[in-house]
Amino acid sequence: MYSGRTILKGLLALVTAALTLLGVASPTQAQDSGPVIFGSLDYEDTELEEDVPVVGVVITVSGADGFEATSATDDAGEFSVEVPGDGAYIVELDASTLPEGVSLRNADNNPLETEVNDGRDRRVLFPLTLGEGGGDDEGGSFSGRRVAQLTAEGLKQGLYLAMAAIGLSLIFGTTGLVNFAHAELVTWGMLTTYFFNFYGLAGVIGFLAPLPPPFGGGVNLVPAAVLGMACGGLLGWLINRTMFRPARRAGVSLIAQMVMTIGLSILLRYFMLYIFRGGPRSFGDFAAQRAKSIGPIELTTKDMVAMGLSIVILVGVGLYLQLTRMGKAMRAVSDNRELAESTGIDVERVISQVWIWGAALAALSGVFFGLDQVKWDFGFRILLLVFAAVVLGGLGSAYGALLGSIIVGLVINLSTLFIDAEVKNMVALIILAVALMVRPQGLLGRAERIG
Amino acid sequence: MTGEPRPEIVFGSTAGGGGAAGAIHDHDNPVAGVFDDVEAIPGSKKPDPILIADHVTKTFGGLTAVDVEHLEIQRGAITALIGPNGAGKTTFFNLLTGFDKPNTGHVVLDGSSIDGVPPHKLANKGMVRTFQLTKALSRMTVIDNMKLGAVNQTGEHFWRALLPVWKRQEEEVEARGDKLLDRFNLTHMRDEFAGTMSGGQRKLVEMARALMTDPKLVMLDEPMAGVNPALTQSLLGHVKGLRAEGRTVIFVEHDMDVVHDISDWVVVMAEGQIIAEGTPDDIAANPDVIDAYLGSSHDADFESWDDGPAPVELPTDSTDAAPNDAASTDAASPDDEGSA
Amino acid sequence: MDWGFILERTFSTLFGVEVMVFALAAVGLNVHFGYTGLLNFGQVGFMAAGAYGLGVTIHYFEWNFMIGVVFGVVYSLILAAILGLPTLRLRGDYLAIVTIAASESIRLFVRWRKMKEFTGASEGLGEFADPFYETALNPFDVGVRYDFGPFSYLGRDLWVLTVGWIILILTVLFVKRLMSSPWGRALKAIREDEDAARALGKNAYWFKLQSLMLGGVIGGMAGMLQVIQKGSIQADTFNPVITFTIWAILILGGPGRTWSPVIGSMIYWTLIAFLETTLRQLPEGTSNTLEDTIKLSDFNISQVRFIMVGVGLILLARYRPQGIFGSREEMALDDR
Repeated sequence: MYSGRTILKGLLALVTAALTLLGVASPTQAQDSGPVIFGSLDYEDTELEEDVPVVGVVITVSGADGFEATSATDDAGEFSVEVPGDGAYIVELDASTLPEGVSLRNADNNPLETEVNDGRDRRVLFPLTLGEGGGDDEGGSFSGRRVAQLTAEGLKQGLYLAMAAIGLSLIFGTTGLVNFAHAELVTWGMLTTYFFNFYGLAGVIGFLAPLPPPFGGGVNLVPAAVLGMACGGLLGWLINRTMFRPARRAGVSLIAQMVMTIGLSILLRYFMLYIFRGGPRSFGDFAAQRAKSIGPIELTTKDMVAMGLSIVILVGVGLYLQLTRMGKAMRAVSDNRELAESTGIDVERVISQVWIWGAALAALSGVFFGLDQVKWDFGFRILLLVFAAVVLGGLGSAYGALLGSIIVGLVINLSTLFIDAEVKNMVALIILAVALMVRPQGLLGRAERIG
Repeated sequence: MTGEPRPEIVFGSTAGGGGAAGAIHDHDNPVAGVFDDVEAIPGSKKPDPILIADHVTKTFGGLTAVDVEHLEIQRGAITALIGPNGAGKTTFFNLLTGFDKPNTGHVVLDGSSIDGVPPHKLANKGMVRTFQLTKALSRMTVIDNMKLGAVNQTGEHFWRALLPVWKRQEEEVEARGDKLLDRFNLTHMRDEFAGTMSGGQRKLVEMARALMTDPKLVMLDEPMAGVNPALTQSLLGHVKGLRAEGRTVIFVEHDMDVVHDISDWVVVMAEGQIIAEGTPDDIAANPDVIDAYLGSSHDADFESWDDGPAPVELPTDSTDAAPNDAASTDAASPDDEGSA
Repeated sequence: MDWGFILERTFSTLFGVEVMVFALAAVGLNVHFGYTGLLNFGQVGFMAAGAYGLGVTIHYFEWNFMIGVVFGVVYSLILAAILGLPTLRLRGDYLAIVTIAASESIRLFVRWRKMKEFTGASEGLGEFADPFYETALNPFDVGVRYDFGPFSYLGRDLWVLTVGWIILILTVLFVKRLMSSPWGRALKAIREDEDAARALGKNAYWFKLQSLMLGGVIGGMAGMLQVIQKGSIQADTFNPVITFTIWAILILGGPGRTWSPVIGSMIYWTLIAFLETTLRQLPEGTSNTLEDTIKLSDFNISQVRFIMVGVGLILLARYRPQGIFGSREEMALDDR
């Protein structure tokens, strides 16, 4: 019998090690001058199968108080414009300076509105394409390379989703409660990590400011992520302890408890909006990585490390559920609560652990998702995907949640071969509906018995 | 539906307790003697079967919960379906009543196949069931519980519900409900929420409500479970009353004493199969049955038989045969089939 | 602090558009949850179906206003059928998941760039409500302000309110009549215990589908009234917070009671109006002190409202699921 703690310690060490590696691989940006708005322009040459930087394109950035600055892309296709400080800016690409045959993939996105927060550099994207753009011809380009890239993206999304979904499924399994606030826990992890990344605890408790990080100032994303995960676990514990454990004791019906999770979700979401404001942000580290090519696939280093880490963590969760006493107890309670109780398992303790680890995993998934973008309502945007994954895999089954997440991630991303990326999340609804009609107990769930 | 004359049964005397005890082959029994020529073996032919099940099987995750080769239920009689916990009784019940779909097999009700027929249609075909965990509709009044039971109500169609066309039928239904409440001594609870009633009263309401469908075949899943001993006798009296009206009754029970008291025929299940059939006396003497029950006594759940073989020697005088506390706790467990 | 102004604003909310629209949407949810026990966490999706049914028909096809209304109803019915058919045979939480997912998908769909021609995408639709105000039936002058004691409304709003409240009251009476019929009795039985209802010959699936459709159409009507009053349809106004507000209103009033959606909506919106006007009226000094700690602004005040909805929902569901006027006994009967 392995102790759960050993596995967890090992996992934590691995997370830290890998994230440190990530830190070495891409140093944080220097912030000696004012913040810059930057980006790079390139297009994919399908014949050469490589990215061609676009040189000499004029970019104009304008902001409040009549600020306006211009830059042109250099030999690497990169541009950067220094701006006076925080605020909203409009970035416009002069389409007439684009080379012959190259156009914006989505002309609607030019000019772009963006926001600079906390004096941090801001990356903007102008996806380019060979031939006439417009974004609507995505369904047409069915190259092997595109399939490979979308598969990689889908796998990435699936892996991150799985970390969020496992907790949801296990909470349902052990308590019968569908936690509609689970996606908020993903946002919570994302935002607390952002917070530690920039301010440390001093952001909330002002007098801590003179202390060293993480109390008085921001820390590198790696320890910030660990702190964010801890905050996730803490919140999970707190929610169970203050809301649902007393509710279970008082015999509050599951339906009423579900309404409570709805209330919790809106409470958390608007609390986070209140604190963090509306605009999209990014973490202070690893924000400006360029994608690297591995065969036909392009991924940034941070994505590769995060994907590797999530695989390690998911395997770790599997081992935990399979080998440790607590993990086995979690599965037993999920299987049959009464039976588990009668064999002497402390069900309430198991539920508490499920909440803690489910929320911590969701928080970490938020950190990984946050490598692309940090936003106050991110969780709600993926709620549909998480539910589709959990229902497809079988409500209550941890392995089902994993399998369902990978499938949902892959199907959604590959669906953009045929449909607009804008509505790809709606595919999740279709998956959900089909799963319910064909196999309502889910791929790995068991049919229920009546009476 | 309500007009047909029925023999008047004086329930007041039985409700007092003990009055009908032991009188199983008395002159009140309309099916006395019917089973004289029926062989006491599993799957035996009955003179006039109302329900026939063939090759009914159900598996859950590779485990066979029910595997019934052949079963006939005699019309107008009280048939008990007994067996230790986890024998598959409730699952079999669910299969017969359409609440669950069998993997294989056919069921014939009154000459017509009911394979794949959903539960709500079975009620219209004259088959009604109750549940092991009593399903009183808590936030509805007792009389509304009763009125719900009537089938083919005009006012249950959306558009017709808006017009007064259902008022006359509603009055009829209400009168019938009141009559049944009177018969079950529940008139004083008429306008109370069903959720305010005691466990025993809920069982009575559930049975009375089932009668509102005017069923040919009444299927009772552990009607005596969790009911206090005084009320048990009253319930038994009501069950016999159903037979006296010409209805067929099948009930699930695992207390053999209760079974002996009122049933005309007993079917014993163990591990999903029918292991014995016969009159209560046949069953009491059947070594297979004793084995089945004793075998299951190692099951920690089944405490009532832990004392040894004593309970299997069915006492003919059943005044003290009310289920003891252990048995009723068992019965209240929602997972009758166990998780074997 | 101008208490007179605060009270005036609070009172004029009482019969305002929000109260009317949300009460109507809550009547629909009451049919779903209060009477049938269906967990619909996507009522805003029905409102969107109604609103776009109306708007697209008039704006894009330029058909008659009443045909637009018919389409709004038909869209809501279709949505109910699509959501109900795969889920209503299953355990209740699946409906909850599918409805919340569908309502968000509808929002994504209508603001899809490619839908621009029909739905206006993220820019939305306008110019569909004029026939409503220009009809000869409208006795009010749309541009004039009418005063009734403490209440003061623009003629345009007064016409929407008159029509809206008549629809609301008729709908409540319609639902009341249905629920006191054998049809309503069957719904309540399904709410209490679906298997028992099925055993007694009730086709629970069909009843639930009918209930989902009825409540959905009522939600669709609420959506139509809302966009008629606004004069435009914006995809992003149909966000899930609306659904959760409707839930708060229903539970506040008490699910399964005839007038509870109306009472709940009145309580909710007067409470909100009182709080918002009070917060905005805070004297300069107070505001500055608060500024340092919670940075109160117009933007924040609306967030505070949603945070309160969240807290309110949690507390109501936990301690008074039968509504603030419901009896303790009734709560004790809720043994599900």
